[in-house]
Amino acid sequence: MDQRLITALIVVIGVPGVLLGYIALTERLLTFTPDRLRTRLRPWVWLAPAIGFLGVFLVYPTIYTIYLSFLDKFSKKFVGFDNYVYFLTTNDTVTALRNNVIWLFLLTFFAVAGGLIIAILVDRVRYESVAKSIIFVPLAISFVGAGVIWNFMFAYRTPGQPQTGTLNGILGAAGVDPIPWLINAPGNTIALIVVAAWIWTGFCMVILSGALKSISPELLEAARVDGANELQVFRGITLPLLLPTIAVVATTMVITSLKAFDIVYVMTNGAYDTEVIANRMIKELFTYGQPGRASATAVLLLLLIIPVMAINIRRFRAQEAIR
Amino acid sequence: MSVVHTPAPTPVGIPLQTAVAGRRTRRRGPKPGRLALHGTIGILMFIWLLPTLGMLVNSFRPAADVSRTGWWTALSPTAQFTVENYAHVLAQNGLGQAFINSLFITIPATIIPIAVASFAAYAFSWMTFPGRDVLFIIVVGLLVIPLQTTFVPILRLFKDLGIAGQFLTVWLAHTGYGLPFAIFLLRNYMGGLPREVFESAAIDGASPATAFFRLALPMSVPAIAALVIFQFLFIWNDLLVALVYLGASNAQNLPLTVLVANLSNSLGGEWHYLMAAAFITMALPLIVFFGLQRFFVRGITGGAVKG
Repeated sequence: MDQRLITALIVVIGVPGVLLGYIALTERLLTFTPDRLRTRLRPWVWLAPAIGFLGVFLVYPTIYTIYLSFLDKFSKKFVGFDNYVYFLTTNDTVTALRNNVIWLFLLTFFAVAGGLIIAILVDRVRYESVAKSIIFVPLAISFVGAGVIWNFMFAYRTPGQPQTGTLNGILGAAGVDPIPWLINAPGNTIALIVVAAWIWTGFCMVILSGALKSISPELLEAARVDGANELQVFRGITLPLLLPTIAVVATTMVITSLKAFDIVYVMTNGAYDTEVIANRMIKELFTYGQPGRASATAVLLLLLIIPVMAINIRRFRAQEAIR
Repeated sequence: MSVVHTPAPTPVGIPLQTAVAGRRTRRRGPKPGRLALHGTIGILMFIWLLPTLGMLVNSFRPAADVSRTGWWTALSPTAQFTVENYAHVLAQNGLGQAFINSLFITIPATIIPIAVASFAAYAFSWMTFPGRDVLFIIVVGLLVIPLQTTFVPILRLFKDLGIAGQFLTVWLAHTGYGLPFAIFLLRNYMGGLPREVFESAAIDGASPATAFFRLALPMSVPAIAALVIFQFLFIWNDLLVALVYLGASNAQNLPLTVLVANLSNSLGGEWHYLMAAAFITMALPLIVFFGLQRFFVRGITGGAVKG
């Protein structure tokens, strides 16, 4: 039988069968246990697959990676902090770290501010849903696709040749020399961040727009009746009420910036000083064959993300308290 | 800017209409302000569409034209169009096979985590057990773990098990990676279902499994639908996980994203092919997005606002 047909059968019949079979079988087994034991066992039966997957694919490997980050490239000899020292003293990796900081500030700013402004603007027009769809659609296509699209936006040829890239075409029409957008540092990192902002602004917009609509119109109206102008209404009422939501999307963008990978991998692969930590980690692992350094790189990424994790957990507990 | 000056001509009949309509009338500013508003939004929409539009046009132009002139010249009536680029990448670059691979990867990697998460969410919502809150907080913490910290050990694990490069590896990995978000979203939804429903079901002698399949699952359909679309798009668009577990070991099983990323390096000068290839990867997400936009938006808002 064709290998593809077998795979298709596994996909369509095997996978759902295993999942339903698990619950059917374990519930059947539970009926043979005494009542009190059964109520105590049952939650763990329902949780077991999830705990198994989380344990095997997230918890165990993270701990193991921390351990590996202290070993040499053969994962045999203990080398202390050498892999970390390497990361923090090598030009390319320090550049990656610096770029992630630029990503963190600029992407978060572009996407959140852009999303907020657009959410407020489109709230006032009749074709709001169409406008929102257009801003949002880049999030549905792959970052690979977005990378190809923007590689072509930024396409550059030496002056004198016909420019086929959209941006340099516009510059040419205005009589300006073409710009090698993806080659000149540090502008090229900003160019990559613009691509990410093109994708993520829609995400921020949708969430902020939802929060905006939950503000009572009477409240805004009362302020206007009292003589507040639009700017005062925004600063005095809208913005403070939106702040918690802004904080949520901003944290999401911070994580997105720290994990930035696809766009860099597709568009420059880190050339011309555009490297980022996530791409560097893949290079250490596959290109240079350095699992120790790759692990240390990943652990550094984790360390950067841990404060965000703490913020998320605190926010979650605060929400649970009022649930 | 002074909206205050506009008279508030809310006729008596209008307040009965939707609140949205009411807000709009009140916010309507003077004419020049409205014009600037429409202008700004129009420009923004144009900027957002321009990159995709340019590439879409170019993917249908003959190779010679693509390399010599910008896509905007195709707006002239003498411009030529062709589907040759699409035919070429589907046949020559293996895009057709990669499309099927993407489906083979995406469908199970969507079904498994959502099923496993719904079991767990049910336990978190409607069963009491020691350590429940701590366990759920761990799930919230795992939401943001960078996947990079898992690659080396998991790659070795797959190698030791002898399944490196098979579809099974990405199904399993995506399940692990997708679970925290899925559990989080479904638990928030299932936990909000009315308690009485489950209590009366228990009194009527329904087993927890029956209550799960007959009550909890059907009542959670909106959340599950949002999650299915979200997870589907996420996996379909994923580059990193497929690259790490399939890219390095099995060229037969590559999904569209990895293949197009590779082509992007190797086809450097052949823009016309690359653009057609990129649009093939986008076709399905765009259909899913425009067909099911409402659910998708609900999915991300539900996850993020509460996260």
